Amino acid sequence: MLESLAISLVDAVPVLSGVPLWTITLLVMVVVAAAVLTFALTYSGLATYVERKVAGDIQARIGPNRVGPVGILQFLADGIKLLLKEDIIPAKADRFLFILAPYLVFIGSFAAFVVVPFGMGLIASDLNIGIYYVMAITSLVVVGVMLAGWASNNKWALLGGMRAAAQIVSYEIPVGMALIPAVLIAGSLSLQDIVRSQGGLFGIFGWNLFHNPFTFFSFFLYYVAALAETNRTPFDIPEAESELVSGYHVEYSGIRFAFFFLAEYGDMFVVSSLATACFLGGWHVPFLNAEALPAVWGNLFSLGVFLGKTLSLVVLMMWIRWTLPRLRVDQLMRMSWKYLVPLTFFNLLGVSLWLLLFQGRGVPQMIASLFG
Amino acid sequence: MKANAGALPTQEMLINMGPQHPSTHGVLRVILRTDGEVVVNAKPDVGYLHRALEKIGERVTYAQFMPFTDRLDYLASMNCNAAWAWTVEKLAGIEVPERAEYIRVIVCELNRISSHLIAFGSFTADMGAFTPFLYAIRERERINDLFEEICGNRLTYNYVRIGGVSADLPDRFLEKTKEFLDYFEPKVPEYNKLISYNKIFVHRLANVAVATPEDAVGYGLTGPNLRGSGVPFDLRRNEPYSVYPKIDFDVCVGTGERGTVGDCFDRYMVRINEMKESVKILRQAIAQIPDGPVMAKVSRVFKPPVGEVYFRAENPRGETGIYLVSDGTVNPYRLKIRAPSFVTMNIFEKITRGLMIADIVAVIGSFDIILPEIDR
Amino acid sequence: MEPKAIFEAVQATFGEAAVELQEEGFHPAFLVVSPEKVKEIGRFLRDDPAMKFDSLMCLSGVDYPDRFAVAYHLHSLAIGHRIGVKAYLPREAPSLPSVDDVWPAANFQEREAFDLYGIVFEGSWDLRRILLPEDWEGHPLRKDYKYPEFYHGIKV
Repeated sequence: MLESLAISLVDAVPVLSGVPLWTITLLVMVVVAAAVLTFALTYSGLATYVERKVAGDIQARIGPNRVGPVGILQFLADGIKLLLKEDIIPAKADRFLFILAPYLVFIGSFAAFVVVPFGMGLIASDLNIGIYYVMAITSLVVVGVMLAGWASNNKWALLGGMRAAAQIVSYEIPVGMALIPAVLIAGSLSLQDIVRSQGGLFGIFGWNLFHNPFTFFSFFLYYVAALAETNRTPFDIPEAESELVSGYHVEYSGIRFAFFFLAEYGDMFVVSSLATACFLGGWHVPFLNAEALPAVWGNLFSLGVFLGKTLSLVVLMMWIRWTLPRLRVDQLMRMSWKYLVPLTFFNLLGVSLWLLLFQGRGVPQMIASLFG
Repeated sequence: MKANAGALPTQEMLINMGPQHPSTHGVLRVILRTDGEVVVNAKPDVGYLHRALEKIGERVTYAQFMPFTDRLDYLASMNCNAAWAWTVEKLAGIEVPERAEYIRVIVCELNRISSHLIAFGSFTADMGAFTPFLYAIRERERINDLFEEICGNRLTYNYVRIGGVSADLPDRFLEKTKEFLDYFEPKVPEYNKLISYNKIFVHRLANVAVATPEDAVGYGLTGPNLRGSGVPFDLRRNEPYSVYPKIDFDVCVGTGERGTVGDCFDRYMVRINEMKESVKILRQAIAQIPDGPVMAKVSRVFKPPVGEVYFRAENPRGETGIYLVSDGTVNPYRLKIRAPSFVTMNIFEKITRGLMIADIVAVIGSFDIILPEIDR
Repeated sequence: MEPKAIFEAVQATFGEAAVELQEEGFHPAFLVVSPEKVKEIGRFLRDDPAMKFDSLMCLSGVDYPDRFAVAYHLHSLAIGHRIGVKAYLPREAPSLPSVDDVWPAANFQEREAFDLYGIVFEGSWDLRRILLPEDWEGHPLRKDYKYPEFYHGIKV
């Protein structure tokens, strides 16, 4: 896709025809990567602000309101503060791993943005193994978190790292299993294909969410498991500030801490965007088909729709965080292995049987066919 | 873990929880020996805040010790003030005007509400739900405003005097207190809706760290912790002092409504319910309060007769007992403060065996300990 | 039960070990007992059906002008009466049996009395300093305590 973009660029600007195509492809790659990273970082920064405002609202207080209008620039101030802070590495820490860990977490979280289908044509790279790629690359986060816990040479951090590893590995299974129904329906692992498969029927009824009872259920299973995978309350036991002080990042300060922090918000976005793409129809909305619009407007419109849905899910996560208490570690494991894993397997079976029995048609389609 | 010990060698881990830790409610240090996440043994280590208050007490006069009692249980200074005043009055045989006794009961019960609010709020924060804490703080702020009106302070009040209270209530104080009660009463059911019966919250607390009634009595648990174990003992009822006999209220006990009698959830619920009872007490006290002087004639420096007194008062954290030995001079000869949190820590090691690390936090929170009082 | 009756009951069982009854000016009244019998008397007071002193409210060390004392304040939740028990100890090497088998609540308070008065409770589960650092010298609540000028080289 990037290559085709490069070819069209060469077509549009004749001067470039002398330059070898691979350089232009490389250039396009860098630009796209920069664009996605800029978006991801800006989003993460703003998300921290929104989180604090949401928390403020829920907790009957105001939240940040000093830097910039209604405090919106607070995240910049925080970022600068974290950049300027002393970078402390404990004397007994494993220096190399200690420094490496935040990068791994950051990469694991932000590399997933590559396959997020922001709009009709807006996707950094429409990999044909999109979902698989996300699952694989986000696993780097576990490695980073474990390294952080281990390298800090602090028992609380170690406990946090171990908890995180156990938790993320356990919840990877229900997350994956809950996403497979969408793959089955679309017949493709590419996120863009999955979104496309949910068009039609006034937009909303094409969504996988309403495809059949099993997919409906699957969405909620996914959301719960994903909440756990991002280490958010009520599943934030690896951090658990009231038990483990701060868990795996207790020894980190300054910008290294900021990496963990941003990665958390990046993760929230990634799992929410997967939910949007796989269950909530991606950039499809009722009554307006983005693909019928002129290319620029269509892309912008679909971008808006996609972000709207995804960010709503992100805000929902914040809402949950400030409402619920935390589970205990054994309860968390029990929930995954005794409830979520069997349920998602059962669900997967249900969806497969449904597709087999009704030749891939969903409930709305069948109702529509009743009325001709 | 133990079953396949032959296959995988495991090692116990020694962890220091505190003295700086967000959930130990101060500078408490717990030495944890854990097998992974499971606590093998948890030894509390106290004393980081020792200020030798008892030794100071032997060097100052009876009246001068009043401000030091503020620093015992700083979340319930009024109760500590009043306990000291009642002890000395008992020793010296001072008659206190009735209005002063009513004022004391009013401020004590207000302080009990504010202390239980902090207990409730910080406990839920320990359980990972931070929001209720700020709700509790919001209500407590109004109590602090009321206290500021009567004595100018918001934390260490130093309001009660031996023989009465330092000043009469300001204008409209009783009306404002009533307004507060009207505002506060519906909040308690709101807390229950918000968090108390939340499924996760209940699962975290039910059947955790059960103190049987026998253990609770034997280990000297008092106040809400004792009542949480289902023992209906309240000094305000069973050993009435001040004007409590004239006031009608219920003694809240743990019922094991979500688990076993005496678990963390019961101790928590007793505090929630006691806030309602305090509202009841306050309404009656406001209705009954007579006019009159608020201070008996007591000289600043006086010599009580030779004797020994042990007085105990029902404070938010349990029974604050003061053992006072007088040799007939202006200073106490011996002053021992039996701090409820201190004695409560006794049971800690026994009750936490085999729990998870996260439960340790729940146990500390459910006992509602406060460190300045433990360490004195 | 009245203090007098309790005292007589203890005297009937333990004879000489019940030394006297301090009533005038004492709230609650104190049974003065000989220190070596404290544990047995404690168990008797706890288990006797007419006494049932199941709760040890307070345990304190006292430094009287010529001797130490340990004062136990007992309360019965079942019956609702109170009594004090006091054991006088010599200033030199004060020690008496621990009662933490009888009332587990005693442990921390015995440690406190050990810490601040240097009274040794024999047979205690765990008799260590509690409020002061392990290596603190002296027992501060003794009347003859000299304030140290330095602690680990730091001026106090």
